[in-house]
Amino acid sequence: MTRFSGNAYPIKPSKAGSSWSSWLRQLLPWLGASVFLGLFFFYPLSRILWLGLNPSSIKSLDLSSLQLALHSLGFTFYQAALSTLLTLVIGLPAAVLFARYDFRGKSLLRVLTAIPFMLPTVVVAAGFNALLGPRGWINLGLMDLFHLHSAPISIVGTLGIILLAHVFYNTTIVIRLVGNALSHLDPRLEQAARTLGSDPPRVLTHLTLPLLRPSILAASILVFIFDFTSFGVILLLGGPGFSTLEVEIYKQAVQVFNLPLAGLLSLIQLLCTLAFSILYSHIVRRNVATSAPRPAASNLHKARTVRQKLFLAGMIILTLGLFLLPLISLPLASVTRLQADRGVRAPVQYGLTSDYYTELFINRSDSIFYVPPFAAIGNSLGYAALTVILSLALGFPVASALAHPGRLGRALDPLLLLPLGASAVTLGLGFVVTFNRPPLALVTSPLLVPLAHTLIALPFVIRSLQPALASIPDRLRQAASSLGASSRHVWFAVDWPIVARATLSAAVFAFTISLGEFGASSLVVRPEYPTLPIAIARFLSQPGGLNYGQAMAMATVLMVVCGIGILLIERLRLPGAGEF
Amino acid sequence: MLELTDIHKSYEGKPLLNGISIAVSAGETVCLLGPSGSGKSTLLRIIAGLEIPDQGRVCWDGDDLASVPVHRRGFGLVFQDYALFPHMDVTGNVSFGLKMQNLAGAEIDLRVGEILATVNLSGFGSRQVTDLSGGEQQRVALARALAPRPRLLMFDEPLGALDRNLREQLMGELRRILHASGVPAIYVTHDQEEAFTLAGRVLLLHDGLIVRSGSPEQVWSDPGSVWAAQFLDAGNVVSGTVISAPSPCRVETAFGIFELEEEDVPVSGQGGHQHSPGEKVNLLIGRRNVQRGGEGGISGVVTDVVFRQDGFKVTLANGLDFYLPDAPRVSEKINLVIPKTVIKCLS
Repeated sequence: MTRFSGNAYPIKPSKAGSSWSSWLRQLLPWLGASVFLGLFFFYPLSRILWLGLNPSSIKSLDLSSLQLALHSLGFTFYQAALSTLLTLVIGLPAAVLFARYDFRGKSLLRVLTAIPFMLPTVVVAAGFNALLGPRGWINLGLMDLFHLHSAPISIVGTLGIILLAHVFYNTTIVIRLVGNALSHLDPRLEQAARTLGSDPPRVLTHLTLPLLRPSILAASILVFIFDFTSFGVILLLGGPGFSTLEVEIYKQAVQVFNLPLAGLLSLIQLLCTLAFSILYSHIVRRNVATSAPRPAASNLHKARTVRQKLFLAGMIILTLGLFLLPLISLPLASVTRLQADRGVRAPVQYGLTSDYYTELFINRSDSIFYVPPFAAIGNSLGYAALTVILSLALGFPVASALAHPGRLGRALDPLLLLPLGASAVTLGLGFVVTFNRPPLALVTSPLLVPLAHTLIALPFVIRSLQPALASIPDRLRQAASSLGASSRHVWFAVDWPIVARATLSAAVFAFTISLGEFGASSLVVRPEYPTLPIAIARFLSQPGGLNYGQAMAMATVLMVVCGIGILLIERLRLPGAGEF
Repeated sequence: MLELTDIHKSYEGKPLLNGISIAVSAGETVCLLGPSGSGKSTLLRIIAGLEIPDQGRVCWDGDDLASVPVHRRGFGLVFQDYALFPHMDVTGNVSFGLKMQNLAGAEIDLRVGEILATVNLSGFGSRQVTDLSGGEQQRVALARALAPRPRLLMFDEPLGALDRNLREQLMGELRRILHASGVPAIYVTHDQEEAFTLAGRVLLLHDGLIVRSGSPEQVWSDPGSVWAAQFLDAGNVVSGTVISAPSPCRVETAFGIFELEEEDVPVSGQGGHQHSPGEKVNLLIGRRNVQRGGEGGISGVVTDVVFRQDGFKVTLANGLDFYLPDAPRVSEKINLVIPKTVIKCLS
């Protein structure tokens, strides 16, 4: 403090006079977002805090609920640690593959590994079901091949498929963070170590791994956070046998109606993710200081020796298998009729069909909805559109203010990212416990869904707008006006192309997030206005070939729409925008 | 002693080295001098074992090194931009090679202290290498390569990134350290000043071949080829025709008739070759040791005079330039006497 409190630099008196109006002007862009976050994030959060910590609810917690909390906390750590380890086992060699080798189809393979990260969990769950489930392609193939009458592999509903899905989701984080660090590592460092007498294993242990340690650590923590807060994968693929904190919050809130316990679990969840996030940003900040950027191209080479070629081929097959199979199993399953139902002792027969898609438009009397499944698509599109409008309206002023931040902006900036730290289910729970009574009795309103989605999408919208808006160089504006352009012309010539591109990208981002959101929606959605992911989850959990087929069909639609969104965002991404 | 025999290497289909043969004996410092892209660094990397030649052999004391991996060759390499390990301090960098030899801790400490003193970095052991200046980093890189007592030291343009004063100072230190250690060294550079300062022998590399080899003064005063004379900027290159040979050998040029020294035969012509009248030749006319005088030399109108630390560079209207101790006036007509010793015949 003392360093800055000296009065060697007198403050200009003119500044003090207009300070109020300048503060107001600074505050204005933040107004919408602040009110929104206050009302829909901090207020519900305080309700959850109160719910978990008020004396009467603490009294109402008995030993068995404490045991349940401890048990799900333990399992959450256990599966997250195991998932992270497996993700590293696959991700580190994959990072080497992308950072060091030059081969045909590389950029395509890289895009393939990045797609899962942004896919909705219901799509992933449906994809793994279509590949590995009792009616999945692998089981069907094995039954056909060995003339079996029941599925030989039953991995759905086990820890195995949870881990597999987590690896599928998060490997791209390791590939991006560690691969990036590896490709920017000066190759001459390793060569220097070789000339100093290191054999290749010792180069790895004494040089490469220590140099990559910050990025491996950062990637591990990020993967761990995502695995720790995993919800849809556990609920939809793990089945009733597995409960992470996130799933337990949902169960306690929706199935058991034990809101105090749900509140307590949310608190534990919040504290854990907060701790991990602080650890992550700490490591990232240190990491920045030690990395010396190098042209990445000089690190690339073709596989030359037999061992390198084997590694290359093995890794390409592995990544293709892991990332492509679930993605193509899903659309294939959505157009395939299985003649024999599960349990019927007859050889399996296949046939192409479009029934599952046409069924989406029909409201069957035995349907679990009062509306045809098609309506869920309409609902989701409507929610997504509202989310786009809301998050852009709130996010754009903030992003413009952050592009050239004043002192206020720098102070408020971290607050915006806080909703990222809270899990989706916790946000949903906050809505449920806050808006169930006047003055804000919104719980019966379908509006809660786009509000929750806006809360989740807002940080992403701001973070994708801000670097683009900040990137518009003042010199370009000055050059344009020195050439005789009016201020309106300057805006259209210099600002508009960048602003339009960034806004479109942010809009697609918000749209995709809303379309696939599952955690918060599963708590706040009204049964008569289901979203697409909710409908898919319901169909997946129902027995019967038609339900299964319709789940596949809807998940395929969702996958295609989100896939287009992801590709659009990649296309619109400005070069040099942050990785995560 | 290191022996390269007929090394060939092509890069992305283009030939880079077309049959290089070099021998470096104990205690010798050899400089490979050539423009960028001439394959100098590739040759070093082949010697180090970091690249495999398409053809040819690298031998040490008669043993072929083809099956010896990089880390067993015992050749130190100092990289351009140093390639210091950024996650280690100075001691960590310098002791790296010693640790790889599994030496005892006390022995390592002793050697690190000794070597840091040699490069004038005593007391820098615990400094982070990222905090050092360019010259200090260069010294650490040298210390790191020297510490494990390599049987050969290689330098890949190690001073390229430094400013002129620092470069001169480090060249002096490097010369002293190399002489004191007695380690044979190969030094790669595109800078002739560095090559002439450090080398016992200079090898000129062009189009993947060694086009000239000799002591610095031999190479400078008689580059041997038009390319080499132009690359070294050794003087004025003029073309002419032999009008009488063999003795006296006289060449007629657009600037006058010049007589060659009796024993002057182009070195790259190997074994010498007799000039015969009517033959077209290129002459190198040195810029120094010329004097203003009467008739019989080169005459011309001065178009430009530039001050240089040790004289004036004078350009004549006919395109030739010379160094003179005193500045003539621009547009003055001068006569210059060219002594036989500064005229060489180029192949």
